[in-house]
Amino acid sequence: MNKSWWKILGVTLLLYTFTAGFLVKVPYLGNLYESIRNFFFHVPMWFGQITLFSISLGYSIKYLRSQNIKDDIYAMEFAKTGIVFGLLGLSTGAIWATYTWGEPWSNDPKQIAAAIAILIYLAYLVLRGSMTDIDKKARISAVYNIFAYFIYIPLIMILPRMVQSLHPGGLEGAKAGGNPALGGDSLDPSMRLVFWLAVTGWVILGIWITSLKIRLNLLRDKNIINA
Amino acid sequence: MTKNIYALLKKDLLLELRQQHTFYGILLYVASTIFVLYLSISKPEADVWNGLFWIIQLFVCVNAVAKSFLQEGKGRMLYFYSIVSPVNFIIAKLIYNIILMLLMSLLSLLLFTILLKDPVDNMLQFIGIVCLGGISLSLVFTLMAAIAAKAQQNAALMAILGFPLIIPQLLLLIRLSKTAFGEIFRQGAVMQIALLLTGLDLMVIVLAIILFPFLWKE
Repeated sequence: MNKSWWKILGVTLLLYTFTAGFLVKVPYLGNLYESIRNFFFHVPMWFGQITLFSISLGYSIKYLRSQNIKDDIYAMEFAKTGIVFGLLGLSTGAIWATYTWGEPWSNDPKQIAAAIAILIYLAYLVLRGSMTDIDKKARISAVYNIFAYFIYIPLIMILPRMVQSLHPGGLEGAKAGGNPALGGDSLDPSMRLVFWLAVTGWVILGIWITSLKIRLNLLRDKNIINA
Repeated sequence: MTKNIYALLKKDLLLELRQQHTFYGILLYVASTIFVLYLSISKPEADVWNGLFWIIQLFVCVNAVAKSFLQEGKGRMLYFYSIVSPVNFIIAKLIYNIILMLLMSLLSLLLFTILLKDPVDNMLQFIGIVCLGGISLSLVFTLMAAIAAKAQQNAALMAILGFPLIIPQLLLLIRLSKTAFGEIFRQGAVMQIALLLTGLDLMVIVLAIILFPFLWKE
């Protein structure tokens, strides 16, 4: 992970997202007009969040197997960045919704689910803060983190698809379910390339931010880790 | 294994019978909350009734389940640690909390129908939903109680941890309840929600069995 090629790749992809994302020819659908370009910024946030929380889950499982305090730091930092991505996703969504749905918050099932997900992971941070013993904190919060992930996945993947939603991909969506906005023909070919490159770029950025914070933590706690 | 679980379960139930003040304490909590509701809104509409009912269930569950782990002192936990496996211990606790919560849910349903107006069309179906809800709530909060007890915290932390986690199931339960109020659902939707809730319950049981041994280690 100390190699620099993936960071350069990430920056390049994001530069591409910010130029091509604003210049590429987009289809005019419904009342979206040019706001459809937010697709390159809003949707990758959720891809980023799922990726980061999944990595966090992986490190929590690894911690329970290894009891290595480093894994706990990894799990915590990935969860924190996941929360930041969630907040960014909610705010980009709110801006988008202001212009398409008429108000920033309309109690859409997917908005609610995303907000609950943030609450679940904030509770994870509260739990961490409530303990002082480092090993105990690591073990108990790893258990909570694993449990939280298995509630998080049904919460964002299953529940919103069972009800009507303003988002694409709801119960009454164009294809009656399926992944929001990613169904075969609902994503214009001109946008598809930019979109997937944008997702990759944002995910790399999330991992990069997390890796910096992990290095900071490892330096700060190096007495504990090496002891 | 079944023998151990049975012994642990019997111990919890005997404790409950001999220290009845805790049981009556929760009962009084349920009764006074519902009485306050009766005084403030005597005849709520079906939607309000439904929402209030499940919120009350949530708070009753936090209070009923909280003590299951918080009452066990450090010394007693050490004793359990030396005689039973963690899997048996958590299964016994889960069963005990399910029994306790089912009792509380049905009692509060009774009080709700007596004190507040009864908007339920299909009572039998609603009782089934209440049982399913009681089981779902008690399962999630048992694990949260275990976590809170291990973190040496009080019931407040349990509520902080548990509330966001239970929202998905609570939303499903509130929606499912509407079928008993006479709301017409899309074909198969009721069964779908009920199966999803059961699936989530099974998942929580499996996770509790897998994860509890890690909490248990000191």
